[in-house]
Amino acid sequence: MKTVGTGLKYLGLIVVLVLAAVPIYWLLSTSVTSPEKIFQFQWFPDGLNWQNYIDGWKSAPFGAMYKNSIIVTLAGALIQICVAILSSYAFAFLDFPGKRIVFLIFLGAMMVPGTVVLMPNFLTIAALGWVNSYAGIVIPGVGSVFAMFLLRQHMLTLSSEVTDAAKVDGANHLRILWHVVLPMSRPMVVTVIVVALVEKWNDFVWPLVSTSTDSMRTLPVGLLMIKDAQGFTNWGAVMASSVFIVVPVLIVFFIAQRQIIAGLTAGATKG
Amino acid sequence: MRSASRTRRKRREYLLFLLFIAPNAVLLAVFAYWPIVFNGILSLTSWDMVSPHIPFVGLANYKDMFTDTDFWWVILRTILFSGAVVIGCVVAGLAVAILLNQKLRGRNVVRTVAFAPHILSGVAMGTVWLFIFDPQIGLMKMVLGKIGADGPAWMTDSNWALAGLIIVYLWKTIGFVAVVYVAGLQGMPSDLYEAARLDGAGSWTLFRKITFPLLSPVTFFVVVVTIVATFQAFDVIAIMTDGGPGDATTTISWYIYKEAFQALDAGHAGAGALVMFVILIAITAAQARFMERKVHYR
Repeated sequence: MKTVGTGLKYLGLIVVLVLAAVPIYWLLSTSVTSPEKIFQFQWFPDGLNWQNYIDGWKSAPFGAMYKNSIIVTLAGALIQICVAILSSYAFAFLDFPGKRIVFLIFLGAMMVPGTVVLMPNFLTIAALGWVNSYAGIVIPGVGSVFAMFLLRQHMLTLSSEVTDAAKVDGANHLRILWHVVLPMSRPMVVTVIVVALVEKWNDFVWPLVSTSTDSMRTLPVGLLMIKDAQGFTNWGAVMASSVFIVVPVLIVFFIAQRQIIAGLTAGATKG
Repeated sequence: MRSASRTRRKRREYLLFLLFIAPNAVLLAVFAYWPIVFNGILSLTSWDMVSPHIPFVGLANYKDMFTDTDFWWVILRTILFSGAVVIGCVVAGLAVAILLNQKLRGRNVVRTVAFAPHILSGVAMGTVWLFIFDPQIGLMKMVLGKIGADGPAWMTDSNWALAGLIIVYLWKTIGFVAVVYVAGLQGMPSDLYEAARLDGAGSWTLFRKITFPLLSPVTFFVVVVTIVATFQAFDVIAIMTDGGPGDATTTISWYIYKEAFQALDAGHAGAGALVMFVILIAITAAQARFMERKVHYR
């Protein structure tokens, strides 16, 4: 009886694994299947056919799109973490009358969904002359509530003896932040950065709305442009183009899965 | 003398506080709070987003929307889509979580792989699903064919396109939900189970009387997060259906995008955005109140 139960459990695990993995596998395997064979169903590709990658790469300015995606992702994550660290330190260690209310006003911004701000923010960056610029893609997304919240919660757990000792030694707040608090917050900072990198890399609707020229497109937007321009007929090339977007995140995920999962699920247990 | 230097130090700290929160405060004010007000203003106009003249029309846009059956269908469709994903995620996510919480070999690998869809680009994975759903050469047709079923045309069939999207969003979200539930399950007090088991309670009773009630904070988190995410669903819809065929997959977020950036109708886009904002705030507030009363805290 017990072995039957255990067997069923393992069967369940396999089902979950297969359902989760098959679309990802299908993406990778179709991307290396030769164009003729794509129309004949087969579980395994007939060897590794790289022609799709060449065709895919040629179907759109992927070089420029990679450059844009990398710039926008790195700049966005970097500015966001700096902004978040400064404000989380202020809320954790500095005194200010009515600090709690200010904090609640900050948290309230979490209630504002991205879709709601889409058009107003487009009009704002248009007024600033930022349409089709890196600033226009990056700046509206670098204000942070959740990253700030997580960092502050973490900083509050740091023993005040350490910061007090630093104060007695005559260190000012910038020194305390840089030499004491940041080194002690490293795991949380890494988590927040990695999650920000993944989110910025995948971001789609804002880069779509805030750019209109081919030379400013990021990878996800570029994929939509390919579809709108030529439809999807050459599936192998399309899959290869999708691999261009997915693989960097897959690599980061398997290196830093602990941080990513912790960061993305943090609200459930730490709220 | 001493108190003078203390107030000076206090004042310096206040100033530093303001300096430290300034970048974030400005960003949130301009790109999160101002947009709400801005939407409100735009919703009272019939502006085309281009001409220098902005005609004010009062509440006409709201009246248009609420007397237009198409808009009610958008709301209904959004609720249907969101509801299906939320229910599917809670049921399947919890089932997967209970499985992953057992002492089974390889469960960490399964957990990681199941979570992966959540962090992969919606546009890229939507593309793969478009290929999987392809009525001629798609994987779905082959698999259904093996069991003798004839699959629908999925994304080009207005009766099935929304179902297709629901499948994709379930696939993207269940692993995430399961991992959240696993975290909740690991915080369960084992002594309670032992006591109940001694009283002769079976597995189902244990689940119904202990596990599920104790998990309710996690369930609320999952429900709110999933509702907010599905109301904003965009990237997968953009690549897979463009809100079509017809209006079959036009949810509220697609409606707002379409009004703003395709129809260049700032009035209706602004009004739609405010309606969406009010719905989500109402859901979140209702959740918060419900949580205060009903939820079992550990």
